[in-house]
Amino acid sequence: MALQITESCVNCWACVDVCPNDAIYEDKPHFLIDDGKCTECLGDHADPQCAAICPIEMAIVNELGEFLNPPGSLTGIPIEKLKEFGLWKDAA
Amino acid sequence: MELPVISNNAPAAEGGGCSSSGCGTAPDALSHLPNHIRAKVQDHPCYSEEAHHYFARMHVAVAPACNIQCNYCNRKYDCSNESRPGVVSELLTPDQAIKKVLAVAAEIPQMTVLGIAGPGDPLANPGRTFETFEQLSARAPDIKLCVSTNGLTLPQYVDEIAKHNIDHVTITINCVDPEVGAKIYPWIFWENKRIFGIEGARILIEQQQKGLQMLTDRGILVKVNSVLIPGVNDEHLKEVSKIVKEKGAFLHNVMPLIAEAEHGTYYGIMEQPEPTPEMLQDLQDACAGDMAMMRHCRQCRADAVGLLGEDRGDEFTLDKIDVMDVDYEAAMVRRKVVHDEILEKLDAQRGIVKPKASGIPEGSRPVLMAVAGKNGVVAEHFGHAKEFLIYEASPEGVRFISHRKTELYCGGMDACGDGDMVDAGATESLLDRNIRVLEGCEVVLCSKVGYEPWAKLEAAGIAPNGEHAMEPIEDAVMAVYKEIAATGKLLPAVDSKKVA
Repeated sequence: MALQITESCVNCWACVDVCPNDAIYEDKPHFLIDDGKCTECLGDHADPQCAAICPIEMAIVNELGEFLNPPGSLTGIPIEKLKEFGLWKDAA
Repeated sequence: MELPVISNNAPAAEGGGCSSSGCGTAPDALSHLPNHIRAKVQDHPCYSEEAHHYFARMHVAVAPACNIQCNYCNRKYDCSNESRPGVVSELLTPDQAIKKVLAVAAEIPQMTVLGIAGPGDPLANPGRTFETFEQLSARAPDIKLCVSTNGLTLPQYVDEIAKHNIDHVTITINCVDPEVGAKIYPWIFWENKRIFGIEGARILIEQQQKGLQMLTDRGILVKVNSVLIPGVNDEHLKEVSKIVKEKGAFLHNVMPLIAEAEHGTYYGIMEQPEPTPEMLQDLQDACAGDMAMMRHCRQCRADAVGLLGEDRGDEFTLDKIDVMDVDYEAAMVRRKVVHDEILEKLDAQRGIVKPKASGIPEGSRPVLMAVAGKNGVVAEHFGHAKEFLIYEASPEGVRFISHRKTELYCGGMDACGDGDMVDAGATESLLDRNIRVLEGCEVVLCSKVGYEPWAKLEAAGIAPNGEHAMEPIEDAVMAVYKEIAATGKLLPAVDSKKVA
């Protein structure tokens, strides 16, 4: 079980610094998670650290492709507005 | 230790100002500081209004990560055409940053200050931030180091800041009340959790205030930045100003919110209004009773290079600095000569008496004037001005109020000012926009004004004036004020119906 980074990632390094497993590495066009190292922080923290600090909605998904931070969950921008500005996605 | 707080309400009519620097009464404000603190800020463009005309600064973008979300920020920060905080073109590693700083310092000897300001929060990137500072303090001891932060992790890094000889810290404090904070900060990352709303804001405020106190206790200079958000923290900022002054911050910089929908920020998308220049000025004036206010901030990018208001970042991109061969030992010698010359000039200017408002009748109303100025003189053509400096003339004298940005509508050429380089439609709207930027001003001083803008300015009730080209700004503003006074237009109308 491992989390994944999507193309929404802006390469801000925040997750790299807080990952307890050093599972996140720099790559192009964006950072990636080594699924051999990622534990989703089980046993270390109550919440997966990358998803808890990531400032970008829809940038981290679980194995089912579900967003850990769905659209609107971090900014509080209502879904109608997100759709109006082309910032809304259903799933990864 | 209680730091003395300087005031820029210093008596304007007394000597000590610099009539050629374009900086209003501010030089008097710095003279109230004890010598050891004045020495620290006299060549710092972001802290000293008079210094910003001569000394340059640069930011290196080594700190991309952030630990809070602000509603005026969007973390997609890679736009090169915008100039505002948090925006950068290329992120640097600490090694690349050192290379860039040395190259810039050798090329622009008046660059005295290196700041780390993002694009995230420098203290949320402690490894990259402090490695940069450590290498720089060893290799370029003639460069002052600064850091700006949201304050969340400040208390845990105060000792590290002191260790690296960083004697200038800026904390962005937008509120001291968590309920106000919850409208500005949707969440923070704290102790391995994302914390939303009022609780997150409460922790942030607590850490900011604790960090501020710890810094001033150690004698480290602290400037506080606040973003003025109409309807959210406008009235509240007066209380913020009072509290940060009590804790020993020596300068308060209230900046206008930038909220354009195309920036994709919460405030931009939710159509949160930006403050008008008048709102900003009123609030700065209201806070000025409590402490020194900074009015010359240009809200620069997290990778800005050069004098405030200019950006020479394009000359120092990674590919360009890669081929530069820098002998920093030799550069330091040249830099010292340049710094000494500028400081000597500034010292001499402190002795120049400011233009007095003699002969202005008691009770005359103040007048706002916009100046297309450069290096302290009325220098620019109306159509070439990238910004206007706003001055207020009153019976107390002349004071600098703010700058207002414009968009260039004139591309140069012979008939400049008439905008024939650009297509007619675009010219029209840009010129109109620039005139709207001058709202509230009664006069615009420039070296030259074209026919078309002349007519439009007059129609908008702003008198164009090209009579004072190349004169020191404050002398020119005072001269025009006296001319208006002589017409009797500055006194309250005698007719009571008109007054009402």
